[in-house]
Amino acid sequence: MDKNMKILVVDDFSTMRRIIKNLLRDLGFTNTHEADDGLTALPMLQTGNFDFLVSDWNMPGMTGIDLLKAVRADPNLASLPVLMVTAETKREQIIQAAEAGVNGYVIKPFTAGTLEEKISKIFDRVAG
Amino acid sequence: MEQTIIDSERLTQARALVASLEAGDDTEATRIIMAFPENVEKDLFQEVGRLTRELHEAIIGFAMDDRVLQAVQHEMPDAAERLAYVIEMTENAANTTLKAVEESMPVAEELLNDSNKLAAEWDRFRGRKMELSDFRALSDEIGGFLTLASGHSKVLNKNLSEVLLAQGYQDLTGQIIRRVITLIHEVEEKLVRLVAISGATKVQAIKKEEVEMEGPAVPNVEQGDMLNNQDDVDDLLSSLGF
Repeated sequence: MDKNMKILVVDDFSTMRRIIKNLLRDLGFTNTHEADDGLTALPMLQTGNFDFLVSDWNMPGMTGIDLLKAVRADPNLASLPVLMVTAETKREQIIQAAEAGVNGYVIKPFTAGTLEEKISKIFDRVAG
Repeated sequence: MEQTIIDSERLTQARALVASLEAGDDTEATRIIMAFPENVEKDLFQEVGRLTRELHEAIIGFAMDDRVLQAVQHEMPDAAERLAYVIEMTENAANTTLKAVEESMPVAEELLNDSNKLAAEWDRFRGRKMELSDFRALSDEIGGFLTLASGHSKVLNKNLSEVLLAQGYQDLTGQIIRRVITLIHEVEEKLVRLVAISGATKVQAIKKEEVEMEGPAVPNVEQGDMLNNQDDVDDLLSSLGF
């Protein structure tokens, strides 16, 4: 796994972005960038050469699920690994995210261990 | 027998109505029409009238209730204001804590790295594998590390105290939220009474077309099929081929 990969963290709460960025830094990922909802994230993804997207679900403007769908619909972004980190735990929603092509799903509140495990799993699969 | 009497009576009335209409006697026709439903529907009209009056009175009573008036005019906007303040307080506490943690982590890391380095050299000294000149350098390093450790410990202590104090938000927000809960219960009670009077016992479930966001799972609140923890989510995803 490339520790220098460019990661976009999308969450409408700045504190949650800060927590995720700190955890990622602890795991050795320092090339992290932030957006506060799907509408700001999408243009960044389209031009920013990102390697990994970590997104919340419930955000004003454009939600995480819509962002995921937009990413999968864009030929240049379609294969971008996406990890959802969200408080949404409804069965239907998780199924919806899976159908939309999410690569991992972490529910809040989460631990550093869970985050690390899901990220390794995603990139093991991408590499394999 | 009775049925026949009523039917013949209606037939007579109907004939009279046709006759008056053919004769162009509007007044008579109207009188006959007005007489028609009188026996049949009078009770129903009366009942509807009574219910309407009761509901009307209940609504007036509800609106005139001082508590409700106060709740709607002052306490509801207050409650919204209070809850907004809760968000602000929790956000501030989170930021204070995060700042302290972000400051502390590199400090702790420096302590760890320096002490590891010194420990390795100390081992060399204890194993009598150190030249005198190296020992002098080590002695200086130890002196430097002790100063650094003292300063860094103070920084860590200060930051941990900040984290400790920042937790005070829980008490303050808890008190505010409890007041809002009391208000909601009170208004809920009044509304339930109003609904009971209006007789609307069955509230039709609104059919949802799309999957709606549910937000964080809350104990004792009906939220549909919620998963409890990360393991359940992982199980569901693996059953879907993840």
